[in-house]
Amino acid sequence: MFPFTAIVGQDEMLTAIIAAAIEPKLSGVLIFGDRGTGKSTAVRALAALLPEIEAVEHCAFHCDPADPQNLCADCRTRLAAGHLPTTKIRIPVVDLPLGATEDRVVGALNLERALADGSKVFEPGLLARAHRGFLYIDEVNLLEDHIVDLLLDVAASGENVVEREGLSLRHPARFVLIGSGNPEEGELRPQLLDRFGLCVDVKTPTDIATRIEVVRRRDAYDTDPQKFTAQYAAASAALREKILAARAALPAITVSDDILELGAKLCLALGTDGLRGELTLLRAARALAAYEGQNTVTAAHLQKMSAPALRHRLRRDPLDDSLATTRVDRAVAELFAPA
Amino acid sequence: MSPFDPSWDRSSAPQAASFSDAILAAALLAIDPTLTGIWLRAWSGEARERYLKNLLALFPAGTQAKKLPLSITDDRLLGGLDLPATLAAGRPVHTAGLLREAKSHLLHIAMAERLSPQHAGKILAQLDHGAGLTLIALDEGILDEAPPKTLTERLAFTVDALPGMAEPWPDPLVIQIARKNLAAVHTAAHAIDHICALSIALGVHSARAEIFALRAARASAALAGRDAVEPADIEIAARLVLLPRATRLPSAPEAPESQDSPPEPEPDPGEDHRPDQKLDDSVADAKTTPLPPALLAALAAATAPSRKARGGGTPGKSAAPTRGRPAGARPGPLTGAAKLAILETLRAAAPWQPLRARVENQKIAIRQDDFRIKKFRQNPRAIAIFAVDASGSSALNRLSEAKGAIQHLLADCYIRRDQVALIAFRGMSAEMLLPPTHALARAKKTLSSLPGGGPTPLATGIDALRALADAERRAGKLPLLVVLTDGGANVSRDGAQSRPAAAADAMAAARACRAQRFSALVVDTSPRPQKFVRELAAEMGAKYLPLPYADPKLLSRAVQAEGARRDSQH
Repeated sequence: MFPFTAIVGQDEMLTAIIAAAIEPKLSGVLIFGDRGTGKSTAVRALAALLPEIEAVEHCAFHCDPADPQNLCADCRTRLAAGHLPTTKIRIPVVDLPLGATEDRVVGALNLERALADGSKVFEPGLLARAHRGFLYIDEVNLLEDHIVDLLLDVAASGENVVEREGLSLRHPARFVLIGSGNPEEGELRPQLLDRFGLCVDVKTPTDIATRIEVVRRRDAYDTDPQKFTAQYAAASAALREKILAARAALPAITVSDDILELGAKLCLALGTDGLRGELTLLRAARALAAYEGQNTVTAAHLQKMSAPALRHRLRRDPLDDSLATTRVDRAVAELFAPA
Repeated sequence: MSPFDPSWDRSSAPQAASFSDAILAAALLAIDPTLTGIWLRAWSGEARERYLKNLLALFPAGTQAKKLPLSITDDRLLGGLDLPATLAAGRPVHTAGLLREAKSHLLHIAMAERLSPQHAGKILAQLDHGAGLTLIALDEGILDEAPPKTLTERLAFTVDALPGMAEPWPDPLVIQIARKNLAAVHTAAHAIDHICALSIALGVHSARAEIFALRAARASAALAGRDAVEPADIEIAARLVLLPRATRLPSAPEAPESQDSPPEPEPDPGEDHRPDQKLDDSVADAKTTPLPPALLAALAAATAPSRKARGGGTPGKSAAPTRGRPAGARPGPLTGAAKLAILETLRAAAPWQPLRARVENQKIAIRQDDFRIKKFRQNPRAIAIFAVDASGSSALNRLSEAKGAIQHLLADCYIRRDQVALIAFRGMSAEMLLPPTHALARAKKTLSSLPGGGPTPLATGIDALRALADAERRAGKLPLLVVLTDGGANVSRDGAQSRPAAAADAMAAARACRAQRFSALVVDTSPRPQKFVRELAAEMGAKYLPLPYADPKLLSRAVQAEGARRDSQH
């Protein structure tokens, strides 16, 4: 796995993914931009960098033993009967490829068992596998409507409800949604846009030094992955500690009334729909404060996260392709300048 | 003996320069399969067969060429339980799936231009997880048809021109040696600098391309029997990997390499800029016109039921969809992409169990007659195709207002998440300005830079519209045709400037549209409603709408009334 700390540039994307890993309530990151900018690499690398998680052994949904409220039915029965054996697993990163069938996403009747002894056994799908991890969707804007529909529901409720083929069950499915795409090739439904807490634009760097460094590191990694990874081991460990510390500190981070007001003013100036934008902005700013090891949210945190938290929430004219980023930046500049 | 031994006779090794690009791409891919593949743009035929055969011969003995047909089903592609075999045998029978079988073999993707992004997604998911696939995308596309960009992006090479029959191919033994020596090829730091500089100069926007170029340069050095990458290798890599991805031509001092070879800039078809020659044409601004935005919706509502009334089939629903929302089950054979509805099948088999003889240990006896296939419902996507008259007379009249009208309609399309496509006709020809897309911002951009001027080839415009509509319907979409013209047809199909012939041709083209039962709308953009345009609409079986000039409310009411009238009829 290419080390997260070896990724060159793309600060906004990396910050957004880290923020989503610190604060799961941000619920996801949407990455728009050029192909071959290391979007998928970044997600996988971060998941690999994070420590293994405790999970119930032999559970198809790798339930969290520390969270008895959200166990699957099977684990609940096992818990009632006694003790739940646990094991350590890597944080899952699950790809949802375009063209995946509903069966594969939601899960389906296990054919083999149904035919062998007529028993009704659930064969978990991608949503089950992504529980407690990342669900990565490349070309999310080309995803078929019926898949988007069920994804919207699951992402909102954190639970996959299966009512099909004579199966009737529900299992927890909480994941950080990471979508990538190129807006030139298709619009994203507003409801789906809304499920992504943060939205970042990535561009292929245009300065030659950065480009060279990208290719050099990739080449060094391809030539000798072990040696390369070892070079970044210390940086990776430091980042892991930083993220874990941020997670622990997150609940204690305070937000002053001034900051709340500033956030509200910004959302008002931009005309974002509803409360969601404001909430996301504050959560993102808090995650950033935690990451930077501070115990209170400052205007600078708010400023840095305003573009990723708000740029996809502006009410927009479908025919107006002027960058939302520009509008956010302008509003930020106006609001923060006098302060 | 290796190429690095002093005793090795270099003169006997064919020099890389002596091979044509197509052969070179094949050789480099055989040396370093992580280059992933070739996007082969050539029609089926003897030359292509020969190329594929020679290509295969460069790979290690035992390598096979496997074919991935477009019609492949998920179970065959990804593997899993083989249902028919399982039911016949009474025990689970698994298949590996083509993608796994194709590991360390060559996988030919037939008709790659027709591959949907959804299909490609499944292949790419395997590719990105180190499935070790070597892909040859066989693209027979015409015009704008091309395989999904996600796929072509991951193939290092693009081959457009097939080698001639007499052209020399490298000896497979040379490839074998090069493959063995590849790991030892040294790359100087400045080689990477050089590749990145070229990539930036050519406007290539992907780090993947640069990595591919670096690997290609190494493979090229290995092929030439060198142990270090030299400028010649970088030149080959730039020509084979970077140039086909170029979005702009480098200025001369930045990339002297590309001057030796004929530059073949292939700007992204979606993003190319209109040539400068049209600057002298008048570019009319899109004005806000009073066309009611609900027009399109009203039209769609009015025309949808009328098609049924005419007794035609429902386009876009002709083939039973095999994906979409579940909609019950029906008896049928377990072929193609059909999915077995297990419960229904078991239910169907249940009453017969006492009568059926059973294989040993088999609990349930299931016969072919029991198979129940899942039914799916998928609403066909609508696409609005605009044919805009951009001739001189139109430009004088109302081109800017027609543009404004289209923008209204585009906004309407956005709400209903339809696709749009844009064809302009003027001078002697019709031109696809915007291939089918969801990106309305791009449609708007294209539209506002649409110049006007020249005579009116109305028949050609309608023909192009019909051809595109036909293709889209074949792709399972529901096309809606919108013609915007002032009716001043003065160029016939054969390019002669004759009004009567042009008018007759336009009528004939309109009749052809009606024969295919497309939903259509003709918007009259002339200052006063033209009898000719009205007749044209009638011939097309289309709704006729004069572009509102004075009173938009009047038209709005008329459209709504028309919609209500048709609704009440059905």
